[in-house]
Amino acid sequence: MLGRTASNLFWMGRYMERAENVARLTEVGHRLSLTPDAGSGYREDWQATLATVGCPDPAAVGLTKLTSEAVQKYLLFDRKNPSSVASCLEAARTNGRSVRTALTREVWETLNTAWIEFGAFKSDDIHPGKLPELLDWVRQKTSMFRGAVQGTLLHDAGYRFLQLGNFIERSDNTARILDTRYSVLLPTTEAAGGERGMYQWETILRSVAAHRSYRHVFKDRYRPALVAEFVILRKEMPRSLRYSQDHVRRALAGLATITGGGAASLELAEEASITLRDMQIPAILKFGLHEYLTESLRRTAAIADTAAADYYFN
Amino acid sequence: MLKAQAYTSDGQATMFDEMLRPDGTPRPAYAELVAWFGRQNRSSFRQKQQEALAIFSRLGITFAVYGASEANEKIIPFDLIPRIISAAEWRFLERGIEQRVRALNAFLHDIYHRQEIVRAGIIPSEMVNRNDAFLPEMMGFDPPEKVYAHIIGIDIVRTGENGFYVLEDNLRTPSGVSYMLENREAMMRLFPELFAAHRVAPVERYPELLRQTLESVRPLHCNGDPTIAVLTPGIYNSAYFEHAFLADQMGVELVQGSDLIVDEGALFMRTIRGKEKLDVIYRRVDDAFLDPLNFRPDSMLGVAGIFDLYRAGKVTIVNAPGTGIADDKAVYAYVPDIVSFYTGEKPILENVQTFRCSIDDERAYVLDRLDELVVKEVHGSGGYGMLIGPHASKKERADFADRINARPGNYIAQPTLALSTCPSFCADAIDPRHVDLRPFVLVGDRIRVTPGGLTRVALKKGSLVVNSSQGGGTKDTWVLED
Repeated sequence: MLGRTASNLFWMGRYMERAENVARLTEVGHRLSLTPDAGSGYREDWQATLATVGCPDPAAVGLTKLTSEAVQKYLLFDRKNPSSVASCLEAARTNGRSVRTALTREVWETLNTAWIEFGAFKSDDIHPGKLPELLDWVRQKTSMFRGAVQGTLLHDAGYRFLQLGNFIERSDNTARILDTRYSVLLPTTEAAGGERGMYQWETILRSVAAHRSYRHVFKDRYRPALVAEFVILRKEMPRSLRYSQDHVRRALAGLATITGGGAASLELAEEASITLRDMQIPAILKFGLHEYLTESLRRTAAIADTAAADYYFN
Repeated sequence: MLKAQAYTSDGQATMFDEMLRPDGTPRPAYAELVAWFGRQNRSSFRQKQQEALAIFSRLGITFAVYGASEANEKIIPFDLIPRIISAAEWRFLERGIEQRVRALNAFLHDIYHRQEIVRAGIIPSEMVNRNDAFLPEMMGFDPPEKVYAHIIGIDIVRTGENGFYVLEDNLRTPSGVSYMLENREAMMRLFPELFAAHRVAPVERYPELLRQTLESVRPLHCNGDPTIAVLTPGIYNSAYFEHAFLADQMGVELVQGSDLIVDEGALFMRTIRGKEKLDVIYRRVDDAFLDPLNFRPDSMLGVAGIFDLYRAGKVTIVNAPGTGIADDKAVYAYVPDIVSFYTGEKPILENVQTFRCSIDDERAYVLDRLDELVVKEVHGSGGYGMLIGPHASKKERADFADRINARPGNYIAQPTLALSTCPSFCADAIDPRHVDLRPFVLVGDRIRVTPGGLTRVALKKGSLVVNSSQGGGTKDTWVLED
C-alpha cells in the first residue's frame, strides 16, 4: 500500500469522525440556547463550543456577535472553517476520491452521497425548525459510513489506517470537549452545584452521546466525579478517552502484525492504554484535570505523528 | 413512438440513419430493438433515464470541467438507446483497425530508427523531424516487443451503408474506456431483457486484457510477474475517475508523481513498508510532464529521471514517449501511405478525404472551394484555428486564404461530413442525433481489440460536435455476434 493511500485513509477517518462531533456540539449548543435560564447565558456556551473546535478567538474569524445563527453557520457551512461539517464532508470525500481503489463501492457511495446531499442544505436552513433535521442527517450519514466500513471493507491495513484516524480524532475531540468545560467538573463546583452545574454536566455527556448511558450505568443523578470517570476512564463507553485510546492501540497493533513494522507508534499507544487502565479519578484531580487533558492531547498528537513516520505517510 | 427521420441539413445529402432505412423500416441489426421499443411507453423510459442518472452520480462517474470553480464535476450525459453494429460490420472494422495499428507502430519504430519512409520520399523529412511531437530522445531505442503505442483509440465516423472513415488516431493517452465499461454495466442493470434477446459481445474483459498487454511488455530483465502501476496527474484531472477505475479493475496501484522515486537505477513507489520496485507504468500524464529532468522542468506531475530508466530498459513506459508524432494532424493525411508502406497491403479503413495545403495541386483545390471545406490547423500548439467553410463569412474565408498561402504546411482541409445518426432519447422524445465511434485497441505481444468501443453522441439537434465539454453524451455500443 502506498504511503499516500495510508494518509488519505487516515484523514478520511478523521474527517468523518470530526463531522459527527461538530454536529453533536452544534446540537448541544442549540439546546442550551433554547434554555433561557441556563445560568450565565448561551453566549458563553457558544464561546466554549467554538474553543472546542479550535477557534478560541471568534472575532478573528469574523464572528463579532455570537448569535446562535452566526455560530451555527460557522460550525456547519463555513468553508473557511476547516472543521465545519461542510469542510469535513468535502475533505473526507476528497481523501476518499484519491484512494477510490482502496474503498468498497458501499464506502465510496456513502461518502459521495453525503457530499452531494449536503449541497442541498442551505445556510438559511439553520432556523430552529430545520436545524434538528440537518443534524440528524449528519449523524445518520456518519453512522452509515461507519457501517459500510465495518460491513464491507476488507479488514486489512487500509481498514486499520482508517480506524486509526477515526479514534485519534475521537480521542482528541473528547479531550477537547472536557477541557473547555473542565472547571464544572472540579469538586468545588459540586458544592456550588445548582441548576447551572446540572446543565453543564448534561452538556458534556450529550456532546459525547452519553447522557442516557450514564443513567443506565450509574442509576444516579449527575455528579461531576462520575461524569469525569464516565467520559475519561469508562472502557465500555464508546467515546471515552480510554475506549478511543484502546482502539488506537488495536489499530496500531493490527498494522504492526500486518506490516512487521511500526514498533515506535505501537509502543507509545500501549503505554497510553496501560496508563489509562490504571488511572483513577482522584489521581487525575490531584494532578490537575486541565493539566491531565492537555497531556492527553499532546500524547494523542505524538502517537499520530509517530505512526505517520512509521508508515511513511507524512 | 418511433418514426423515420430522414432529413436534410444545410442542403447536404440525406444523413445515414443507422437504425432506420429512409422508408422507416428498421435495418436488420436493429429489428429486435425496434420491436421492443414498440412495447415501451414514454414514462417508463423517462424513469429509466432517472435511474441511469442516479447510478452514475452515486458511483461518482464524473469528468472535471476545467475552469469551473463550483461543482466542477459533471456527469457525462448517458443516452439509453444503444448503438448496434452488426457482426459483419464489426469484422470489417476490426480487420481495418488491426492493420492500421500495426502500421502505426511500425511507422513509429522506423521514425525513431532509420526513417526509411522519409528516405523513400513518402513523407517529407521536415514533417517528422521538425514536428513538435517528435522526440529526438527516442532515437535508436527499442522498446519491449518494439511496441510504442500500446493503448490506442481510433475515432471512426460513418456516412453510409459501407462508408466508415477514420477521423483521427489517438496514440498518446486516449481516454473514454471506463465509460464504455460503465455504460454496459448500467444498461445490463436497466434493461436485462434486451440482453436476453440479443447476442451482445462482452466488453468487460478489457481490464484483464489491458493487464495482459502491460505484462507482455515488461522490461527484458524482469523475471516473473512485473509490478504495474497507473500513473495519474491526480484527482483534478478530467479523466481521474477513469485512472482510478482502471487501476482498481486491474488490481494495481494508482500512483502520482509524488509517490515515485528513482533510486539505485530503478523506479520505486513509496509504500507503508518502505520502497517497492515498479516494472511497468501505464502513465496518463503527457510526455512533456513525464520527467522534469528530461522534459518540462516545471512539471510537478512526473518523476525525475524516469526517462533515463526507460532508455536503460529498467522500466517500461506505456504508451512510449514520442507516440504523438503518429497522430499529428499533418501526418494523419499520410496514414494510408503509411499502411501500404509497412504492410504491403491496401488500407482496409479509409481516411476522411484530406487535402494537404503543402502540396500545390491540393492547395489550389482547397483555395478554390473554401466555402465547402473544413480547414484545420495541423499542430494545435498556437490558438486552435479552424474554418468551417459553409458557415464562415466572406471575410473569414479571405483571411484564411491568406494564412494558408503564408504557411501552407500548417493546414489541411476536409469536406464537411454527413455523419450518421442514431435515435437518441432527448428532451422527452426519440430523435436522430449524430454519432461517432472510438474503438479501443491494445497492442503488446499481440493485438487485442475490444468489440465495440465508446459511441459519442451530439445531443444538440443538428450538432456534429460530440465532445463531452460541448454538450456531447455517450451510448452503450453493441457488437452483435452471429
